[in-house]
Amino acid sequence: MIFTWPIGLRLKKQKNLLELPIEVMPPVSFVFIHFQQHRGKPAIPLVKKGDAVKIGSKIGETGGEISSPVHSSVSGRVIDIKPHPHPFLREGLCCVIESDYSDTWEQRFIDSDYHSLSKEELLERIEKAGVVGLGGGGYPTAKKLLAGMKDRVNLLIINGCESEPNLAADYRVMIEYTASVVEGARILQKILNVPKMIFVLTRNYKMAEALLKKEGADVKILPDSYPVGSERVLIRKITKITLPADKLPIDVGIIVQNVSTCYAVFQAVKYNKPLIERVITISGDGINKPKNILVKIGTPLSAIIQYCEGLKDDLKKIIFGGLMTGIAQFSLDTPVIKTTSGIVFQSAVCEDEINDCVYCGKCIDVCPMGILPQMIYTFIKNNEFKNAIDYGLDDCIECGCCSYVCPSSIPLVHYFKYARLRNMHG
Amino acid sequence: MDKLFIVSSPPHIHTRLNLKNAVWIVILCLIPSLIAGVVFFGFYALIIIFISIAVSVFSETIFEYLSKRKTTIQDGTAVLTGLLLGLSLPPNVPLWIPLIGACFSIIISKQIFGGTGFNLLNPALTGRAFLMLSFPQIMSVNFKYQAPETLSEIDAVTSATPLTLLKSPFYYKITEETLRKMSSFDFLKLLLFGHSGGSIGEACKILIIAGGIILLIFKVIDYRIIIGYILSFCLMSLMLPGRINPLFQLFTGGVLLAIFFMATDWVTSPVTKNGRWIFGIGCGFFTALFRLISHYPEGVTPAILLMNLFVPFFDKIAVIIRR
Repeated sequence: MIFTWPIGLRLKKQKNLLELPIEVMPPVSFVFIHFQQHRGKPAIPLVKKGDAVKIGSKIGETGGEISSPVHSSVSGRVIDIKPHPHPFLREGLCCVIESDYSDTWEQRFIDSDYHSLSKEELLERIEKAGVVGLGGGGYPTAKKLLAGMKDRVNLLIINGCESEPNLAADYRVMIEYTASVVEGARILQKILNVPKMIFVLTRNYKMAEALLKKEGADVKILPDSYPVGSERVLIRKITKITLPADKLPIDVGIIVQNVSTCYAVFQAVKYNKPLIERVITISGDGINKPKNILVKIGTPLSAIIQYCEGLKDDLKKIIFGGLMTGIAQFSLDTPVIKTTSGIVFQSAVCEDEINDCVYCGKCIDVCPMGILPQMIYTFIKNNEFKNAIDYGLDDCIECGCCSYVCPSSIPLVHYFKYARLRNMHG
Repeated sequence: MDKLFIVSSPPHIHTRLNLKNAVWIVILCLIPSLIAGVVFFGFYALIIIFISIAVSVFSETIFEYLSKRKTTIQDGTAVLTGLLLGLSLPPNVPLWIPLIGACFSIIISKQIFGGTGFNLLNPALTGRAFLMLSFPQIMSVNFKYQAPETLSEIDAVTSATPLTLLKSPFYYKITEETLRKMSSFDFLKLLLFGHSGGSIGEACKILIIAGGIILLIFKVIDYRIIIGYILSFCLMSLMLPGRINPLFQLFTGGVLLAIFFMATDWVTSPVTKNGRWIFGIGCGFFTALFRLISHYPEGVTPAILLMNLFVPFFDKIAVIIRR
């Protein structure tokens, strides 16, 4: 490993995204709330057609060991429960709610005395609020914390690195809700009983750094290379520990949480407010007004487009998530779910022809996990899946760096995803 | 929904440095060397290079047409092969030499193996090796006589010591003694304008280095091969009998052109990082060794071709080291 110090890519942030303040999106007439918004089992529907719901009503119950409840984000009436386009599952069971535009909450109180709550009570509030990892993974936060309470945790990392070039939501959250974010992180620290908690930011987040330091948080700065925000890369950058593919961060006593998750945790604990809205970044050259917006979970794409003053005519691609890892969408009905961190509307699509591998080794140079994408790709092409795993397929974090640099435009990540599915299903 | 969207797997952005652009950047970086060669050696050199490029492109088109493959002219690799072959030829060879060499480079070394991306050996160097072995008289006689003539024009005023020694067919073996006799100005001049009148592309060393640095900045070529090559080559020059000044070694003959433009060829260099270190070090070692022991004044061609053959082996070693 001496000669192979892995480096990532340098991707420029899209223009002005960081300067756009968070705007609260006005209520919409219909929301589409998916029962699968997190890692693990989908939630079990609790409501049926015709039921009246309020803001924050639980409409889906925890569906298994690793799962999370879902809540209504508007008050109104359930119109239907049916399959609907899903950001990454193609189609998923979805609850359609027609809003009555009133601001009636299921149950809401402000508990400013949350400091006196016990760890278990705090955890219960987080679980009931359906908080999941908002960085993109969507792992239920309560489950992660529960695992952390059982094992010894000695470091809590609050991840404020958004290395994707089209995301600025976490940055805006850190700037505009600084106190809440830090307080949320302290709640997590209390639950885990961990001595050390650090915020990790990239170098271009100067202002967030200053604000967080003012709140008394411990901040660490990393160079703004991609994919520094990815959990495993982050852990290696900070602690110099390289996690093997079959180990989780918790196995080495580390827990990573996203800054937006901290904000959601604070909302859940203090205001007893379930996770029904989040900040997302709308960007790209195919939309008229890029924005950072606070949007209700379940808002369909078409409503967001309307709010952002419409599409440009030459729009070619709509991507949920980051430019490097996001999923391209086929329908304008797709709603925002808990793990959606941004939406890109792309007009200038790269349509290079796929050629044969020229053995330039750029994918190996750039791979942040230090695996050998080119060789793994060759094995997968020849259906040698066992060899592919021997050469590090399981270590792949699907960050997309190899596909990005490939001079022959080979969709390497696509091959890796395919091989993983093949391995999973035999 | 009246409009359909493009759906594809991530990532949704892509670097602009695709194969085509990279190859054209390399060609652009070679253009200054080409111009210098034409200025030094005359218009005839340009004709040689033109024939070399034209025949490369032509033979690739014909072969791909006959073998019913998709044409790959637009990616520029044939132009680059032709240009590199032309630049590595002596400046007054008969015109059928680049013709045969380019044909051999493209058809035997590249297309037979499957075209771009599948060749084992660097096509330009293979063509040159073929010419050196088949027509040693033409290829080496010119080496000997061309050098003093061209240099005398530029260096007419300055000290004549290096020039007289240059007439020896083994001019690259000039010892440190000669170097010590030269003033620092002469040495600088040596660095700038090179010393050998060898082949067309070797006329002006500083342009080759500049081109190489531009390629490094654009991340077209990898620094590991270059550093490994230079270090091991200099070290070997110091250690082998004769103890030739490594800088002098570096600035004579086609070493620089080979380091920056031939050893770093994407297709024929290792893919792994450690493999590239080994490859670069091996190239330097054998270049120095072949210069000393072989009959040819140049050691670059056989050294790089030999190392090209070991590339899969180096990659294998690198994979094993990594574990």
